[in-house]
Parts: sequence; structure tokens; C-alpha cells
Amino acid sequence: MASEHVTEMIVFGALFLLVSGMGFAAARWRRPGTMDSLDEWGLGGRGFGGWVTWFLIGGDLYTAYTFVAVPALVFGAGAAGFYAVPYTIVVYPLVFLLLIRLWSVSHAHGFVTPADFVRARFGSPTLALAVAVTGIAATMPYIALQLVGIEAVLKSMGVHGHWPIVIAFVILAAYTYQSGLRAPALIAFVKDVLIYLVIIVAVLYIPSRLGGWGEVFDAARAKFAATPAPNDGVLLDGTNQLNYAMLALGSALALFLYPHSVTGVLASRNRDVIKRNMAALPAYSFVLGLIALLGFMAVAAGVKPAVSGGKADTNTVVPLLFDKMFPDWFAGVAFAAIGIGALVPAAIMSIAAANLFTRNIYREYLRPDATDAQQAAVSKLVSLVVKVGAVACILLLDPEFSIDLQLIGGVVILQTLPSVALGLVTRWFHRGALIAGWAAGLAAGLWMLYEIPNPVKHKAHFGGSAYKLSDLGLDTRMTVYVGMLALAVNLAVTVAGTAACRAAGLADGPDATRPADYLADESDPRAARLEPSGST
Amino acid sequence: MASAESPAPDPAPAESAGGRPPPPVGPPPGPGDRPARSDRSLWNLLLAVPAVVPLLTFLFNHDRPRLAGVPAFYWTQFAFIPLGVACTIAVYRLTRKRG
Repeated sequence: MASEHVTEMIVFGALFLLVSGMGFAAARWRRPGTMDSLDEWGLGGRGFGGWVTWFLIGGDLYTAYTFVAVPALVFGAGAAGFYAVPYTIVVYPLVFLLLIRLWSVSHAHGFVTPADFVRARFGSPTLALAVAVTGIAATMPYIALQLVGIEAVLKSMGVHGHWPIVIAFVILAAYTYQSGLRAPALIAFVKDVLIYLVIIVAVLYIPSRLGGWGEVFDAARAKFAATPAPNDGVLLDGTNQLNYAMLALGSALALFLYPHSVTGVLASRNRDVIKRNMAALPAYSFVLGLIALLGFMAVAAGVKPAVSGGKADTNTVVPLLFDKMFPDWFAGVAFAAIGIGALVPAAIMSIAAANLFTRNIYREYLRPDATDAQQAAVSKLVSLVVKVGAVACILLLDPEFSIDLQLIGGVVILQTLPSVALGLVTRWFHRGALIAGWAAGLAAGLWMLYEIPNPVKHKAHFGGSAYKLSDLGLDTRMTVYVGMLALAVNLAVTVAGTAACRAAGLADGPDATRPADYLADESDPRAARLEPSGST
Repeated sequence: MASAESPAPDPAPAESAGGRPPPPVGPPPGPGDRPARSDRSLWNLLLAVPAVVPLLTFLFNHDRPRLAGVPAFYWTQFAFIPLGVACTIAVYRLTRKRG
């Protein structure tokens, strides 16, 4: 079955082994005195400079799933799938000022997770628990989706079945356990070099074989004109423009609320590293835009998605395009780029989820007197559990379900925006109101997602994230991203609730942070660690 | 909980009875010895440009003019990337503290 893919598999396997070796060796990189603390295992020593941070955050945010799913979306719907580009442009100026404040206050107090910050800022372990659980729930399906990325590559090489994924994740779990955040930081170099190489070659070489960019877009236009779907095309139409902008904005607001993004930021050495990276990370957006255009190239090249289990899997269009256009050895390099691209974010996400559990559930509720070494040990174990959970998601559930969960995850994580992002600039909000707003936003978001059908996929529920405004009684055919509507509900409840709590004279929680903490930098002394009540 | 608020070398931070922690004992923020640090600057407003312009679909939802065969919709959005980088670098450099 797979005999014609032998060269591809050898190249893929060799590169995979190379990064696995690097993952284990990473424990010795910038060798720490001890690995027995979350600062070392979970944040790589909090000392990464500009370049390492650029590779790490770039490898963290621009995942294998993105590289596979964005062109798949463009392949299927056209312009609407290109939202990933404005999304990753607006995100950096939006979060520029917030992230340096988050870094400073985390440096001053030794915070490891966004929920640590919320706990100290609003004096509410319950609110911190809500933020931590939200973060874990949103991250788990995201890890599972990285497996979908690897699977798409394996299918294109004619490898079916789940055992290769299990092996890949066992290796990943082992070196993440040993090396912590240093492993993905080191592997990210290889991943990004491969991705840049593959994409630059692809955009120079493939269009020339297809007769130029004009031909590529004309072929795409012809394809979309022939489909019955109203919203596809090379341009947006009147009804999905607002959704395009709101999806880009909502995704941008959500991105740095994900715990794995925060992990990447807190691992950097100082404020300057973050600021310079806000200017340098858009280089990845450029690559992402080019990758999105691969979807049109796949249309023009006449790629047919691989069929497995009777269903066409559009996630395979880019790997199949590479397989069709490139010589075997270079297709192997391209597949390795995607496969390794899955390992970096999967490692960081599992570390971030493990840290949330350790800091905001285990230490808060189970073992308040846990030492640094005990916390590191718990995080290491939980990172294994998280990966087992992700593999189980893929083995036991329909992959389609992971994609639904990811869709829900974006809407869900947005509901932590008032506590985490707005909390960085104001503590006007009352902790009780923040919890109420979070709950209301979650309920509204899940309800709207449940109500959205997808006639193309014959699904009655969870069919997408574009909510018809006409369902709210507005006389329009426009749609809006569910996450933004749910966030509006959340904010309305939070503001009204805060006013009500103030009127009722309910006490605020204590704020353990000081204004100067939000401006602290590398040279400033780290304040006494924030320990939970009483333990000194 | 409130006792955690003890960044000062104060050996025995007073446990405040109410919810509010005691007033902070950090470096004096007043116009005394050195100027208080701040992230505030009018230059920060430049960040609004790349945060808003890519969301205005009516600006670029057109096929023509094409650039090397690529519709305006796509190359315009690619062009927003250097716009964002330029604004971010400008803010970084213009708000950098000297010394």
C-alpha cells in the first residue's frame, strides 16, 4: 500500500528521531542547578532571550493544526478561511501593553499561570479556580487537534491506524517529562527552519507549475461558482464580512488568554524581549498567509481530499498537494515540518495545563504546603495525564468532535478576558460579579454554539461559530462570531453585577499586587513569594 | 491571605481586619528622588492603527487591482503585516527609556 512513499517515510522518520534526541538532550541545555521547581521545569528558568522566545512563541501559536486546517478552510470556503491573517496581525498591537504588565506582575510575585495572577489580584481562589478550569478545558482539545495534524500527514503517506500517533506521543511525553519547557524551546528551532524552508519553496515553485497566481485564483473562482453554498468564493459577500472581522478580533482577544501562550510569555527574560517579539512575531503571520494560499493551489492542482471511513478529510489537502507536487524526499521534509510542528505546541500546552492544575487546584485545595519540588513533581505527572487524555480523545472520539471542542474552546477561553486581561489594567470589577459574568458568558456561548446547524455536514448542532443575527430578532442576514456575543453578555453581567455588589456593600477581595509591580523589570528584586494563607 | 502582601522587609506585616490590605509600602511614587516609571505615552495610540485597519473589510474586499495575479483582497492583507510591524517598532523605540 505504502511502497511508493518509502522515501518520504525515511526522511520523515529521520527528522522525527533527530528532534526526539534533541528533546531529551534539552534537559542539559542552559543547565539549571535543579529541575525541581516550576520556574525551571515549567518556565525554562524564566530566562529566554529574544531569539529563543521568538522561536518558542512562534512554535507555540502557529501550530500544526493551523498549518493544516487554515488551508483546508480556504480550500473549502475561500476568502472566509483567510481570517487567520488579520487575526494574527491585530493580536500583537492589541496585547502589546497588556503582556508587559502581565510579565512584570508575574515576575514580581512569581506567578506561573494566569490563574495565579487572578487569585492575587482579586483575592478569590474561586475565581482563580474558574479561570484554571476554563484554561484546562480549552487546552485539552487543542492538544488533541495537534494529533489530527500528524494524522493528516500520515494518511497522506498511506499510513492508516492509530499506532504511529501513540508512539509519537509516548516519545513526546517522555522528553517533556524530563526536560520541561526546554524541550519545545529547543525543538522549535528545527520546526521553524523546516516550515520556513518548505513554505518558501512551495510558494515559489507550485504556482509556477500551475501557470501562475492568476491561474490559481481563476481556478478557485470557477470552483466556488460551481458550488451551491452561498458564502464561499474568492471574496467575501455581504453577509459574512462582519463575521470575518469579528472572528479575527475574537480569536485575537482569545489567543493570549490560552494558558500555553502565557507560558511562552512568562518564560522570557524581561519586558524588552516581549516588546521586540511583538514586532517580530508577525513574520509568522506572513508564513501563515502563504500557507492559507496553499488551499487555492490545492484547488488549482485538482487535489481530492483523502477519504477515510467514508468521509472526505479536507485536512489532508495540503499534505496531498505536497505529495503531488514535490519530489519524494522534499515531500518527506514537508511532512516532517508539519509533524514536528505538532510536537512543539503539544508539549507547551500540556505543560501549561499541568501548571494550572498544580498551582490552582493541587496547591490551592489539596496540598497548600506543597514545596517547589513537590509542585514540579505533580506538574510532570499531570503533563503525562494530559497527553494520555489527548490521545484518548483521538482514539475514542470522532476527530470531528475534537474540532467541535476546539471551536467551543475558543469561545470558552474568551470568557476569562474580564478577569485576566481587564484585571491587568483595573480592579474595579468585583470578584463575585466576575464569577457571575464568566458563568453567564459560558452559558450564552454554549447555547448559541448548540443552536448553530451545519446543513453541509448534516449536523443539527455545533455546526460552526457564525451566529445569525436574525435569530436575535434583527432584520439582517449578517452573522457574528459567537465568542464576541458571549463576551458581550459576560461584560454586561460583570459590570451590572459589580455595580450591584458595590451598592449592597459587599467587601472586595484583598489585592496582593501594587501599582509598581506592573512596571517591574528584570533588574527589580522579586518580591516575597505569594504563598497561600499562613505558610511561611 | 492578606499577610501574603509583604514585599517589604517589614518583619511582621499587620493582618488587617477588614478586606482591604494595608497601604503599600513600595518606593515612593511622588515627584521626589527619581521619576516614577510609567508605560503611559501618547505614542501608544499608534498601536490602534494595525489593531483596527485589518478589520475594516470594506477597504480590501475587492478583486482588482491584482498584483502578479493575486486579488487585492489577499495582497492588501499581506501588506497590513509590515504596517503592523512598523507601528509596533515605532512605539517600542519612541517609548524606550533612555539610561
